[in-house]
Amino acid sequence: MNTLRVLIIDDEPLMRTVVRRALERHAVTIPDIDGECRFAVEEAESAEAGLALIEASPPDIVLLDLLMPGMSGVELLGVLCARQPAPEFLTVMMTAYATLENAVLATKRGAEDFLAKPFTPDELRAVVDKTARHLLHVRETRRLAREKSQIRFQLLSVIVHELKAPLNAIQGYLWILKDLPADDDPAVHANAIDRCLVRIDGMRKLIMDLMDVTRLESGQKRRELASLDLCDVARAALDSVGPEAAARGITLNLAAPAPVPVTADRGEMEIMLNNLLTNAVKYNRDGGSVDVRLECAGGRARLEVADTGFGLSAEECGRLFGEFVRIKNDHTRNVLGSGLGLSILRKLARLYGGDVTVASTPDVGSTFTVEISCEPTAALLESTLAPA
Amino acid sequence: MNGSRPMVLVVDDDPDFRQQLRMQLEAAGYDVTTAEGETAADALLETMKPDLAILDLMMERADGGFALSYRLKRRYPDVPVLMVTGVQHETGLDFTTDTPAERAWIKADAVLGKPVRFEQLKRELSRLLPRE
Repeated sequence: MNTLRVLIIDDEPLMRTVVRRALERHAVTIPDIDGECRFAVEEAESAEAGLALIEASPPDIVLLDLLMPGMSGVELLGVLCARQPAPEFLTVMMTAYATLENAVLATKRGAEDFLAKPFTPDELRAVVDKTARHLLHVRETRRLAREKSQIRFQLLSVIVHELKAPLNAIQGYLWILKDLPADDDPAVHANAIDRCLVRIDGMRKLIMDLMDVTRLESGQKRRELASLDLCDVARAALDSVGPEAAARGITLNLAAPAPVPVTADRGEMEIMLNNLLTNAVKYNRDGGSVDVRLECAGGRARLEVADTGFGLSAEECGRLFGEFVRIKNDHTRNVLGSGLGLSILRKLARLYGGDVTVASTPDVGSTFTVEISCEPTAALLESTLAPA
Repeated sequence: MNGSRPMVLVVDDDPDFRQQLRMQLEAAGYDVTTAEGETAADALLETMKPDLAILDLMMERADGGFALSYRLKRRYPDVPVLMVTGVQHETGLDFTTDTPAERAWIKADAVLGKPVRFEQLKRELSRLLPRE
C-alpha cells in the first residue's frame, strides 16, 4: 500500500480542516500498481511555512492556495519550479478566482491541476485521485525503466565477457607467434593457429546463438507454422553432424518407427535438433554412440537423444539449462560452446507447449528428452500472429 | 624452490590462457603448474606450495579468484598473488593494488587486465619474485 503525503498550504484554517477531513479516511485504487493508495495530510498556514516544510521533507502532492498574505501561491510555485532538479511532487492550485489567466499562469509554472473554490469534498477527492494516479504511474514507469536498463547492463556485461574471452585467447596466440623465432618448432606454430581457429569458431557460434535467443525473445523472427515430420528434421540434423561423428568413430542411430507429424516452424525445429545432436557428439567419447528415438503419442511428440558421453552430476544437471552456463570439468576443457544452446532448446520446447529434461549418469552418458505438443498451443499461435 | 626455477601456479578456466602462460613462463625459466578452477587449485595447494600464483578473478563464481586468493594467503602468507581479470571495466570491478589497503582488501599483490602482455607480466613477476 502506498501512502502519499499531501501538504495543504492555505491561510484559511477552515479550508485546511476541510481538506484534512476529506482525505484522511479516503483511499484510491490505482490500476496496474499494487493495492490502494491512502493519504497523510500535513498543513501550512502560509507559503513561507509551506516552503519550510517542503525543504525539510518534500511531500508527494501540494495543494496550494493562490492568494495568501505574504508570499502568494503563484510566487511559491515560481520558486519551486525554478529549482534544479525539478521537484518530484505535484502541485494542485486552489483559488476562488479561477480565471483562465490564473490557470494558465499556474500551469506554466508547473502546477499539475487546478481546483476552483468553493469545492465539495468529492470534487477535491476527484482531483487528488487523478493527481495521485498520475504521480504513481510516473514513478512506476521510472522504476521499470531503471530496472530495464539494469538488466540490459548485466546481460551486456556477460555478453562482452563471453566475446572478449576468445578474442583474448586469439590475441595471446598471435603475440606468441609474433615473438617466436622463425626457425622454432613448427608444431608449436600449428597448434597456436589451430587453437585460434577453434576459438574463432566458438565466437561465431556464440554470435549466431545470441541472434537465435534475441529473435526468440523479441518475437522479431517471422514464425512460419507448417505441417512437417520431425523425423525428416532429425535425419537432416544427423547428416550435418555425420562428418564429425565419423571422424571420432561415434555411431549415430535413429529409431523412428513412424512419422511424427507436428505443426511447427521448420527453422525452430532445426535449431532444436541441431543443438541436441551437436551436444551429443561434442560431449561424447571417441568410439561412442548417439541414439535418437522419435515417437508420437496422445498429441505429444517425444524426442530422445541418448549419448555415451561423460555424463553430468545431479548438481550440473540442475543448472544446465541456464544462460551462459558451461559445465567446466576435465572432459569439457577442449570443447567450446556458447553456453546458450540448451537455454535456447528449453525456450523452444516451452514455446511449443512442452519442456526438456535430462537424465545422466557420470561416465556412462546423458539422455535428453524433449516433449512438445504436435499441434501449436494457443500461446504459440498468439505469438506467431502478433509478434510482441 | 626446487633448483633455480621458481614454481608458478596458474589458475584460470580458459584452457588457452593456461597454455599460453605455460609456454611463455617455461620459456622464461619458470616451472608451471595449472588448475582450471578453485576446486582443483585447492586440491593442488594441499600438496604443493608455489613460489607465486596467477589467478583469474572470474571462474566458477564471479569472485572465485578473490576467495581462492584469500584461502591461499591464509595458508601461505608469503606467496605473492597476481590477479588477472578480463572484466574490470564491464562490471565496475575496477581496482588497483597501489596502496596497502587495496592490496589487503583485494587479497592480491598485483592486478593485470586481460589480454595480458607477457612483457608486462614478466615485469610484475620480477618485482614480486626477485631472483638473485
